[in-house]
Amino acid sequence: MNGVNDFSFKIGTVNGTGSASANGLLMQAIFRMGIPVTGKNIFPSNIQGLPTWYEIRVSKDGYTARPSEVDLVVALNPSTYAKDVATVRPGGFLLYDSSWPLDPDLVREGITIMGIPFGRICVENFQGDRDRTLLRNIVYAGSLAALLNIDMDVVSGMLSEKYGKKPKLLESNHKAIQLGYEYAKANFQCPLPFHLEKMDATSDSILIDGNTACALGAVFAGATVGAWYPITPATALMEQFKAFCEKYRVDKATGEHKYAILQAEDELAAAGIIIGAGWAGARAFTNTSGPGISLMQEFIGLAYYTDIPAVFFDIQRCGPATGMPTRTQQADLMSLAYASHGDTKHLVLFPANPGEAFELAVQSFDLAERFQTPVFVATDLDIGMNDWMVKRLSWDDSYRPDRGKVLHKEDLDKIQKFSRYLDVDGDGIAARTLPGVGGKGAYFVRGSGHDKHAAYTEDSDAYQELVDRLKRKFEYAATVMPKPVFTLQPGAEVGLVTIGGCDAAVREAADRLRDQGVTVDVMRIRAFPFGSEVREFFDAHDRNFVIEQNRDAQLRALLAVELGIPRDSMTSILDYGGMPLTAKVVVDGVLRHLAKVPA
Amino acid sequence: MTSIAKPPVRHPSSRTNGLGLTLRDYEGAMSTLCAGCGHDSVTAAVVQAGWELELEPHRVGKMSGIGCSSKTTAYFMKQSHGFNSVHGRMPSVTSGAAAANRSLTYIGVSGDGDSLSIGLGQMSHAIRRNVNMLYLLENNGVYGLTKGQFSASADVGSKSKKGEANEQTPIDPVLLALTLGATFVARSFSGDKKQLVPIIKAGIAHKGFAIIDIISPCVSFNDHEGSTKSYAFTREHEVEAVHTDFIPLQREITVPETDEEVRTVTLHDGGLVRLRATASDYDPTNRESAYAHVRACQARGEIATGLLFVDENGRDMHDYLRTPATPLVDLPFESLCPGKAALDSLMERYR
Repeated sequence: MNGVNDFSFKIGTVNGTGSASANGLLMQAIFRMGIPVTGKNIFPSNIQGLPTWYEIRVSKDGYTARPSEVDLVVALNPSTYAKDVATVRPGGFLLYDSSWPLDPDLVREGITIMGIPFGRICVENFQGDRDRTLLRNIVYAGSLAALLNIDMDVVSGMLSEKYGKKPKLLESNHKAIQLGYEYAKANFQCPLPFHLEKMDATSDSILIDGNTACALGAVFAGATVGAWYPITPATALMEQFKAFCEKYRVDKATGEHKYAILQAEDELAAAGIIIGAGWAGARAFTNTSGPGISLMQEFIGLAYYTDIPAVFFDIQRCGPATGMPTRTQQADLMSLAYASHGDTKHLVLFPANPGEAFELAVQSFDLAERFQTPVFVATDLDIGMNDWMVKRLSWDDSYRPDRGKVLHKEDLDKIQKFSRYLDVDGDGIAARTLPGVGGKGAYFVRGSGHDKHAAYTEDSDAYQELVDRLKRKFEYAATVMPKPVFTLQPGAEVGLVTIGGCDAAVREAADRLRDQGVTVDVMRIRAFPFGSEVREFFDAHDRNFVIEQNRDAQLRALLAVELGIPRDSMTSILDYGGMPLTAKVVVDGVLRHLAKVPA
Repeated sequence: MTSIAKPPVRHPSSRTNGLGLTLRDYEGAMSTLCAGCGHDSVTAAVVQAGWELELEPHRVGKMSGIGCSSKTTAYFMKQSHGFNSVHGRMPSVTSGAAAANRSLTYIGVSGDGDSLSIGLGQMSHAIRRNVNMLYLLENNGVYGLTKGQFSASADVGSKSKKGEANEQTPIDPVLLALTLGATFVARSFSGDKKQLVPIIKAGIAHKGFAIIDIISPCVSFNDHEGSTKSYAFTREHEVEAVHTDFIPLQREITVPETDEEVRTVTLHDGGLVRLRATASDYDPTNRESAYAHVRACQARGEIATGLLFVDENGRDMHDYLRTPATPLVDLPFESLCPGKAALDSLMERYR
């Protein structure tokens, strides 16, 4: 890194002061210049007054993982000066607010320190505390535009789009961006050695977060019932679903809503609502995070045992307990795979980015209805809340929902007797009816022991027959779940196995390792249960690493338990501090274990 | 929940309703509750009410949680779809089912443990959401399936079978429902079928959440001297505040001659509830006076019964949700999916 269109910078501010919109503006401007870009918002679990950072990575090669090093730090939060200055790479740059004397915390050898009096510029040019605070962000955005060679026409155009209808705001924002730009131009050698030059590498892409993408998936899959309890980092998913439904599902003539969103009293009720709706025949979903999954356990077991479809989006965050609600992690893998008491196993999907989250969100509803069971879509805070550059989402109008085996009145008329849990086809999936269909199709859902006719039982054989069918269903699901994504290289003897949002960092690491003479294949798992090809990948490599973001190597444990791969034959690389994974962590981990530590 | 199927025998002289169905057609499996259980009387009242209302059994969703009371959904309307869910969580399952398919009649059966302890939050929020359902709370003051622990509705001083007296204040579902804004609040007694059947019918016809707290003595664990939820105590202390008649829309309305003051409330489907207050100053359409009446009865050691409060102008869950008359489950996929052109155009927003 650190050349043209290949660098990263970080802005440290105080949350609740309006920096988010300035940071978004910078990222979007770079994107519109046609240059691949990624932004990571590192924010506190707080509304106002705590430290927050925004990291922007520019990569002409299209790498989207969190950067391994930072070329430029904009330090605007005195409480984190010491920490922020330490993260500048050797030879990098630091920009601080020189309205006040240089803080001793900011002094460091080997980096270039630049001061711009953002605060003073605002005091001199704007009235009122609110404007002065908010516009300080736009001033630093202007300075960065000069230092990094961001196209000012693009920036001006974006401000006009945003504030076009509010002339006063538009004027002050234009003034602020210009003040910052001109100060930097006049006082520093602009642009810096690493900077931006227009490209044409983003025209087929968008910037979107995973929660929005999942919400769109639910809309396009035809989900009609959403139930939830607000929780970070999952909240925006249902808010976006609501926004899209208001756009696409409100009858213009009558004002009627072709959807129902119930904000429940807690996560238990949210689970109950979607299970009730799924039983009644609707495509229903909830969005939550780890604490919500914990609360939903009993209901998840009920839906599993009674063959009821339901979709759960789990936007994972740092646990256990309240943990770090605004930090990312992949630590719910075990609790999703085996959620609830008793023998339970579930279908889980692991998108790697918002683009795939859209596709797998749609698929999750098909799988839930086809297999009549809870399906989890496990993303994480990084995928869910950060803007990612992905290919434009696309839709095939020939798509029709897979409603699974549902017997309608005319089907029931043709059969002698309906037995709800009778496995006619041998795939473990029994045909269901929807309530209201008619007397012959009526049956009694019960969480207590039941036989294949849905009748109460305490008989060992009848009980076992039913739970064995559920196991058969799960095993069949393993053959049709989304396959892993393989990135293979000729002659590779080392396998890197990973999951979800680690994808970008692991694939980047594979390139870095190749540069250092280590050829690796990458397998990114996309679903649980695992298909046979997962085992085959392990067998095909002499050395396998499993890279995931939790302390206890949960993916590795699942691989060992479900596929019988000896646990110690898989080397874990674990990163669970709550930040998105970087390629450096993977490269260092692999090299350390291969005993090829670079000089 | 244990259940034993009843043989499908129909007596030739059995009376049929407008659908050509006999009472037996509204029955379910054989009850496995204790002989004399109040809950079985409630089941019989539901069977009677369903038959009289001419409900199509397959258009009924029978919803329950866990407990003796929750078992009873298996004992009526065997041709209905049933959902015996998890303890205290029937209201959320019913909320979801009702959101998805509003065209079914939902009858929820719960108990004092299921509703007032583990499920207090869910019941409260179903009231707040005003889910269109009948909610029968079979209240015996005791945990039967686990053999005799006090429930949250046990009165202070009420004695357990072992002689231990309850010291904690009870939760009264009627007062709670009135406070939470329920639009149909009634109390009855499992041993008073004459009173209970019309109230159940009115509750089913009511638009919104209709709760009936039914004192339903537990013969095994709470029907002894010293219990305030026994047959003897309830019979002795029951005070019917309002006598209820229910007249469905499809029947000819013949109002009996009476000198007493009769209030008529028109239900959303056009059916009528006729309420005859036993005390001349009782107004069942006034939430405050209903509350005061229940409290006054309580202070005198009496149990106020009857349809205590009804508001037929309340907005229900579907009003809040602005959902169409067509159930969501019946909307064609084409009307739900915005399609490729919409997505392509939406993508410009993320550029």
